[in-house]
Amino acid sequence: MAILELKNLTKSFGSLRAYHNINLTVMKGEVHALLGENGAGKSTLMKTIYGEHAPDSGGEILLHQKKIKLESTAEAIALGIGMVHQHFRLVRPFSVLQNIILGIEPKKWGFLIDYKSARNKIESIMAEFNFFVDLDSKIETLTVGTQQRVEILKILYRNAELLILDEPTAVLTPQEIKDFYIIIKNLKQKGKTILIITHKLHEIKEIADRCTIIRKGEFIETLTVKDASEQELASKMVGREVLLHAVKKEVSPTDICVLEIKNLNVLNSKKLPAIKDFNLILKKGFITGLAGIDGNGQSELVQALTGLKKSESGSVKINEKAITNLTPLEIYQNKLGMIPEDRQRVGLVMDYSIKENLVLQTIDQIPFSKYGVILNNELNKFAVKLIERFDIRPTDPEIKARNLSGGNQQKVILAREIEHNPEVLIAFQPTRGLDVGAIEYIHSELIKLRDSGKAVFLISYELDEILSLSDEIAVICEGKLTALLSQQEISNNKNLKETLGFYMAGGIK
Amino acid sequence: MNDLIIIFTTTLMYSTPLIFVSLGGVMSEKSGIINIGLEGMMTLGAFVASWIALTTGNPWLGFLSGGFAGLLLASLHALASIYWGANQVVSGMAMNFLGGGISIFLCRIFFEGASMTPPLDLALKIPLIFNQYATVYLSFITTLIIWFIFKFTKLGLRIISAGEHPKAAISAGVKVNFYRTFGVLASGFLAGLGGGSLSIVIVSNFRPTLISGQGFIALAALIFGKWNPVGSMLACLFFGFSQALVVYIGGLENVQISSQLLSALPYVLTLVVLVSFMGKSTAPSALGQ
Amino acid sequence: MKNFLVSLLSIFLGLLLGGLVLKLSGINPLDAYTVMIEGAFSQPNYISYIIIRSTPLILTGLSVAFAFKTGLFNIGTEGQFIVGALTATFLGFYFNFNPWLQIPVVMILSCFASSLYGGLAGYLKARFGVHEVLSTIMLNWLALYLSNFFVFIEGFRRPDTETTEFINQSASITLLENWKVSESGMAWLENHTFWKSFLRPPFNAGIFIALIMVFLIWFILEKTTFGFKLKATGFSQLASRYAGINTNLKMTQAMMISGALSGLAGALHVMGVSKNVAVLAAHEGYGFDGIAVALIGSNHPVGVLLSGFFLGTLKYSGQKLQSALEAPSEVISIMIGVIIFFIAIPSIFNWPLKILSRIKKESKQ
Repeated sequence: MAILELKNLTKSFGSLRAYHNINLTVMKGEVHALLGENGAGKSTLMKTIYGEHAPDSGGEILLHQKKIKLESTAEAIALGIGMVHQHFRLVRPFSVLQNIILGIEPKKWGFLIDYKSARNKIESIMAEFNFFVDLDSKIETLTVGTQQRVEILKILYRNAELLILDEPTAVLTPQEIKDFYIIIKNLKQKGKTILIITHKLHEIKEIADRCTIIRKGEFIETLTVKDASEQELASKMVGREVLLHAVKKEVSPTDICVLEIKNLNVLNSKKLPAIKDFNLILKKGFITGLAGIDGNGQSELVQALTGLKKSESGSVKINEKAITNLTPLEIYQNKLGMIPEDRQRVGLVMDYSIKENLVLQTIDQIPFSKYGVILNNELNKFAVKLIERFDIRPTDPEIKARNLSGGNQQKVILAREIEHNPEVLIAFQPTRGLDVGAIEYIHSELIKLRDSGKAVFLISYELDEILSLSDEIAVICEGKLTALLSQQEISNNKNLKETLGFYMAGGIK
Repeated sequence: MNDLIIIFTTTLMYSTPLIFVSLGGVMSEKSGIINIGLEGMMTLGAFVASWIALTTGNPWLGFLSGGFAGLLLASLHALASIYWGANQVVSGMAMNFLGGGISIFLCRIFFEGASMTPPLDLALKIPLIFNQYATVYLSFITTLIIWFIFKFTKLGLRIISAGEHPKAAISAGVKVNFYRTFGVLASGFLAGLGGGSLSIVIVSNFRPTLISGQGFIALAALIFGKWNPVGSMLACLFFGFSQALVVYIGGLENVQISSQLLSALPYVLTLVVLVSFMGKSTAPSALGQ
Repeated sequence: MKNFLVSLLSIFLGLLLGGLVLKLSGINPLDAYTVMIEGAFSQPNYISYIIIRSTPLILTGLSVAFAFKTGLFNIGTEGQFIVGALTATFLGFYFNFNPWLQIPVVMILSCFASSLYGGLAGYLKARFGVHEVLSTIMLNWLALYLSNFFVFIEGFRRPDTETTEFINQSASITLLENWKVSESGMAWLENHTFWKSFLRPPFNAGIFIALIMVFLIWFILEKTTFGFKLKATGFSQLASRYAGINTNLKMTQAMMISGALSGLAGALHVMGVSKNVAVLAAHEGYGFDGIAVALIGSNHPVGVLLSGFFLGTLKYSGQKLQSALEAPSEVISIMIGVIIFFIAIPSIFNWPLKILSRIKKESKQ
């Protein structure tokens, strides 16, 4: 029996079409996956079901065979729909308990919050579904996996029958993902219906019963997961044959060290150790991957390497030259480039044009300026050249970075950093949130850079990205290097993912 | 002993209006809306309080009206900031021009062109309780109530969630705009009370220079008090205390300090304190967004 | 362009609502506007007064706008103005060089003093994280009391007054000051009534210096690498730091320049108009006015120039409401408040702007 049916649903934002004529039927008690690329309209569609965006007129939504109209999330919640967003929606200074009850707080004496009865109810829910969270912890102290459980508890507390999960495993460790699958199976067993958004194919094979594919906002088809291969799912998602792995030539093993990190210690913003006695060597012509879960010191490591943060002790050298604790500009001039994790806040000045962003670090140099006065013609020439070489669209150098797509924003950064001819390029989450085409492009550029004899330091939370690109893989956990896998170890290891997961969770090699 | 009592009383006198206004700032900013227009709301409150107290002969009615006048002005800020996507700092600045302008404009209309109101009859002022104005106690009680709201009630939990993570609040079913509106209106009301507690309690009339910077000092107290009602109150008391020191030292016969330099003391002290204790920011995460 | 239209529409609404307020209080708004227009433009000396009045507004507006461009909200214009004015008075009184030396020395040193004062707020922000709004408020008061303290120093204070001595003639920038009252000058002016009227107020070189500053600031912001980095810092501190810009230094420098501009306003006011400073009971509102000018001029140097003249006109002509119609001149503050209120919410103009751009498109086709 269908719990939810969408018929001919369309949604546009101005002239932008988020999705178009979508048909979707979710059966009661199934795990239904919604598969599509980044930007295919999955999240917007789910937000419609959750009452965050009303669809355009025309289509209809049926819940339990009854036509419904959702004006707000409060209504969706009341109808038994719950959603866990990709970026968790938890109030960080609040406790777990407070987060769960926010919005439907039980009261006593009319105005006080009845924490006790809330606690009892949550504890019985946790017992029923067999997973547990300390209700008095503050959100900011919890791991990502635990935060996700809080989100799930939040919707169970609201008696949701239909649970929508947006990219639930994107930031989890392999071990956490396993635990998550168990929770999903429990939920299904107890009769809950689950709608899961993902672009990970093996995830669908693992937990989903049926799967609906969306491409560029269009409904493609719904199929039974058992009967479809990963390759088939992939080509239907992208609309053409795709390579599931990046192609690259084997490297000829060189042992020339380009960047040397020795006994590095860095504190985080709370003055606690974030990077502890970290040692790593990046080699010429190698892509060195750094695997690890978000929040294990990667940000602090990058900040220390690029000069945004002073290290407490230890040294960093480029080609034997010490760059420890130099200013960001000096380090940049020593040929260390970076694609930052947060391109919109760190990588670009969003209110500056493409051409201005391309010379952010080099504006003081000839030919871009003389005696402190900017030479606009030179800026334009330079920008036109890079826009063509890196295929940045639109091609007008005056367009503000804010008005570019995510992929093109990333290309601007890539162009700027590669043009500077770095010895080492740090690529920190370089493809986050990009669509398949842009990901392929960025990956191929990184490989090109490596083939030209540079060292690439790829830091990513996506294990798949690390696996498909790296020549060597380092693993970081709680600020420590827990493993370093050589080329041979990578190619010889049959259970590479599990092995890395073990190290990522703190196992020591 | 007598000296201490003088300092104590003067401290309370200077602090009370600031405490009201600062608490107003807490209400607005906890809900996520920057309110740099406290000064204007305070000015309007000061005028209306004194006007209504004069015309009705009831200081309490005047005091309350001052609060509602501040609330009325704040409703513009709420409308702009919450519903029309305004730049909150700019809109707040507009409140300052409007508050000051409207107050003196109305004063001239109602009092035959004069920019200050006639003084209030002493018998018509807010009464003293144990040698302190009743508003002093009221400011402490208000602090307590607001602390209680944030600590124990649904209202408080929801206001904080609106200021910390409005998206989270919305997807939990909280009507964020409603709670933000509540916060901003409450801030206008309290700022208005603050103005009233100055114009009809401490002095006895309204004049154009009566409110000159207190709203901003209260804003400083709010930040220094780390957006916490009790912390803000303490910061206001600190500022009041340094003002009291000025009055006290200025009154000593054997001390020869320029009264002008002495008057600068509270501001220098505040600056020094800001520099020494400015730790990590604890502003609500979604403030101004 | 959009900003300019938003400002124009906001001004229109401000004047309209200001009229409504007058109407509600029983004053005919058309009469009021007539009084204001005549009071602003009907005689040459009115225009002269407006220019004199607009000079500090343009400079303080420029000061606020410059800080805004670096992402800083300088409420400290008031204090920096006071520091500039006091320094100019002090130096103008104690030094007595040849005017060609005296004037630049007094002006530059006044700017220097106020740039240090403004820079202090920038430094406190960069070094200790003290929000500039808080520190500049405190510094405003400190400046006021310090100024009062200096005014009362014997030797500097003019006996039996609450003001200082006047600056030496050599530091004055009032134009034709002596000639105006000389015999030949008076005789010439008798025959040239326009100039007689125009020169009656203390018309001075301040406006020309302000114009130079408008150009200079525009040049710095738009054409130099220094301005490039300042603006980058204003748009995104994180990205700028990553790009190797020393954002702390940039903030301090921006506040120094901003302070210098406000101080220049104070110095020019003393050198061209008041010739001394007096004890202040409260702030005179230069800071708030500067903020208003910057906001209405959408932080663009040319916009600031125009809005400085606009506000100067409004304030000057608004004074005349009181005597002519017994209408409270504070209606001007209300108008300014309304204008800024609408400038805060540009989104409400989206539909008229859209219609406007569609008309433009269609007329092209």
